[in-house]
Amino acid sequence: MSHRLPPLDPNVKLDIEALLDGLSEYRPRRHGWTWRKQVPDQQMYEFTYHETSEPVERSIPLPAAHYFENIDPQPDCVITTEIASGRPEDDIRRMRMAAWHGADHIMVIRTAGQSHIDGLLEGTPEGVGGIAVTRKQCRLSRRALDLIEDEVGRPINYHSYVSGVAGPEIAVMFAEEGVNGAHQDPQYNVLYRNINMYRSFVDAAVAKHIMAAADILQIDGAHNANATAVKAWKVMPELLVQHAINCAYSVAVGMPRQNIALSTVPPDAAPAPCMRMDLPYAIALRDLFGEYKMRAQQNTRYMESDGRDATVSHVMNLMISRLTSADIQSTITPDEGRNVPWHYNNVAAVDTAKQSLLGMDGLREMVKIDRENPELKSRVREIKERAVLFLEAMIADGGYFAGVEDAYFVDSGEYPETNDDGIARCSDGGVAEGTIVSRADDYMAPVCHHFGENHLPEGFRGRAFQEAAPCDLIGGCTLCDDTKVPFIGDLDSVDNAETRLTQTAEERKRGLIRPEVEWTGDGVVVVTMFLPAGEQVAEAAALELGRAMNLTDCEVIHKRVMHPAEGTHLELKGRLDVAIDPATLVIPEPPEVLTDEEIREFVAERNLRVVAATVGSDEHSVGMREIIDIKHGGLEKWSFGVTYLGTSVPIDKVLDAAIEHAASAVLISTIITHGEIHRVMMEKLADLAAEKGVRDKLLLIAGGTQVTDELAREWGMDAGFGRRTKGLDVASFIVKAMRE
Amino acid sequence: MAREDTFREARQHLQGMSDADLEARFWRLTEEAVTPLVDLARTHTSPSIERSVLMRMGIDSRTCMAVVAECEKRGLLGHGAGHVVYVCMQAWDCDAPAAARRLAKGDGWEIADAKWGGVR
Repeated sequence: MSHRLPPLDPNVKLDIEALLDGLSEYRPRRHGWTWRKQVPDQQMYEFTYHETSEPVERSIPLPAAHYFENIDPQPDCVITTEIASGRPEDDIRRMRMAAWHGADHIMVIRTAGQSHIDGLLEGTPEGVGGIAVTRKQCRLSRRALDLIEDEVGRPINYHSYVSGVAGPEIAVMFAEEGVNGAHQDPQYNVLYRNINMYRSFVDAAVAKHIMAAADILQIDGAHNANATAVKAWKVMPELLVQHAINCAYSVAVGMPRQNIALSTVPPDAAPAPCMRMDLPYAIALRDLFGEYKMRAQQNTRYMESDGRDATVSHVMNLMISRLTSADIQSTITPDEGRNVPWHYNNVAAVDTAKQSLLGMDGLREMVKIDRENPELKSRVREIKERAVLFLEAMIADGGYFAGVEDAYFVDSGEYPETNDDGIARCSDGGVAEGTIVSRADDYMAPVCHHFGENHLPEGFRGRAFQEAAPCDLIGGCTLCDDTKVPFIGDLDSVDNAETRLTQTAEERKRGLIRPEVEWTGDGVVVVTMFLPAGEQVAEAAALELGRAMNLTDCEVIHKRVMHPAEGTHLELKGRLDVAIDPATLVIPEPPEVLTDEEIREFVAERNLRVVAATVGSDEHSVGMREIIDIKHGGLEKWSFGVTYLGTSVPIDKVLDAAIEHAASAVLISTIITHGEIHRVMMEKLADLAAEKGVRDKLLLIAGGTQVTDELAREWGMDAGFGRRTKGLDVASFIVKAMRE
Repeated sequence: MAREDTFREARQHLQGMSDADLEARFWRLTEEAVTPLVDLARTHTSPSIERSVLMRMGIDSRTCMAVVAECEKRGLLGHGAGHVVYVCMQAWDCDAPAAARRLAKGDGWEIADAKWGGVR
């Protein structure tokens, strides 16, 4: 088939031009949502996991995984990343990076303003804060994800928004294009987009019914109340009501409960005692909505520009997920408080989720929620009662629409307290007001999966009535016959992916490298600095320093006072107009390692011995132990005779021991670098070895976190080894050097 | 109108309820709030809904826009834009996309007017 592309090569970038080519022929290979497959008591390395799923084939494990044979366990819940670059051709590259770190739910944010467009957008125009969700954009993304999911070895759910004025059309397009999940909640339209309430609910019923037919997982929009509320801890009762309205409405129009997920956020953040405040809410929610899925979102309400602060909040949110439940763990990028997410922050957020979920694997078996704790018990009950009071009053006041007109929702008081500052909408106002029409007695839609009154001719009401499908009237609809789905490409000859790609084609072809955070070669870099000045002076100084670094469009994106007089920590964003040609770079070859047999044979023949020590006033021993101990795969593994002298050993003692044991090599470890003590130690070793006349007989090797081979050689060693060195690297070097 | 927190007084009738009864009440009230919304949706349609019907009939989005806009103008939306296209398919013996393309060009509206009496 023409739309088939070869599998991805992990060492080759996505071929975006090839993905765009032949899109009109491409059809999605599956429809509907996919959950991870749970593996109970999964064994990996020396560990047993209680809450993980089937492993992936290719991935980037967590940073510390190299201590554990590079295992990359995958938590039990689906992990979401939200992508919003504004350009579909760049979004898909980020999807690939996020998938390699563990995301299997890719949520694409829409461009600002799309929810007010009464109809479908087409093509690939550049968006603001997200992309224009169109058929071509969805098809490109789904086609890329087909390849990416094969590369990582796990299905990936693609997700966007069935909200706004054109919900039913977007739902059809998503069903046709194999979109797997979508936000759909008419309350979002009404409250946050001021779309007419009647229109929103009438449209939503049809949209939801179509989503159900295509097995699209639905996520609601209640988290927006949390993000909008003046005091987020006050909206808990209302959040339950919003979730309930969307759930009950969805079920009533034909959506199965297992396809309905609640978008739930722990509402608060420290310095509030947020976990004690949010846990009762999380429990009340799960008590009431046990038949539904939980999509645990992270707090954005109290997010600032500080990535560290955001990450800590998110880890506390993850702990609530682990103590209660989450079917989908959504992530917010740690930079969302200061800009639209950047590539590496999507990855950071996914890593934070994976790390936290794995770290807390099975914790709930030991740390149980005490449901009888008086504060917890009464608060859970209170939140539920307040929600019931909210519903009682809203119904007494005339029902949902009347409640919205009376500003029941997003009030800063905890119901029944009100501060009269909720969002009020008029039933005869808002975008697309006056556009719904009564269905006439002969209203007919000759298609399948159409919600509502539909006066089909006798014999065509569908299988449920043991009759022909409605679309048999017209020879099939697109939901039954995929070949009927039409394709429209770009309508704008300038603002489209292909045109943008031609602008970077030359540099991409030559393999030139520019820094980037969002778009191919956008040139954006961030400089982190501490300036010994107060906030305002530091900011002005940082901008000046940025200009001195030849950065343009400089902007301070984060600052935090360390002390009013002593200084400020800042992050400065700027654009660097430099492209590097990798052909001009001098890149050291990675050292080649020998086989176990080669090393063992060589060591046995010569009965090789080494002497090892941490030198100077340095008490670090872990790094050296990793290099020499048999249990860490160190030199002893190949039968090197190793004499370890311990820590804080004077250089002359090291050499005396080497002479005494007739060692072939001396290994020194220097972790402390204060006052260049690592250089001093290496030079002293080299000088003393020469003085004692043993320099030619001994290989002198230095290691440490700040040591490089180049520096060590400069300072008189035969080799230097830095971070992440393995025993095999050192053993291979010794054998090779001695062979020469 | 702003109101102090009256929770202690307002909850009197809920106080003696079991958790299960309270939860059942929560869902019963929700059903009550939602039922009229579902009825509204069942009996009404909108331009987006009608375009979604035409899309399912295999018609591209630009043509859907044109046909539904004309249906709105002629007061035909309540009969269903898909119904209008269906009537024309039969009159012209063609498939839905072809009928919609002709309607989008301005052909055939007299067929609909004849059926529905030119309501505006």
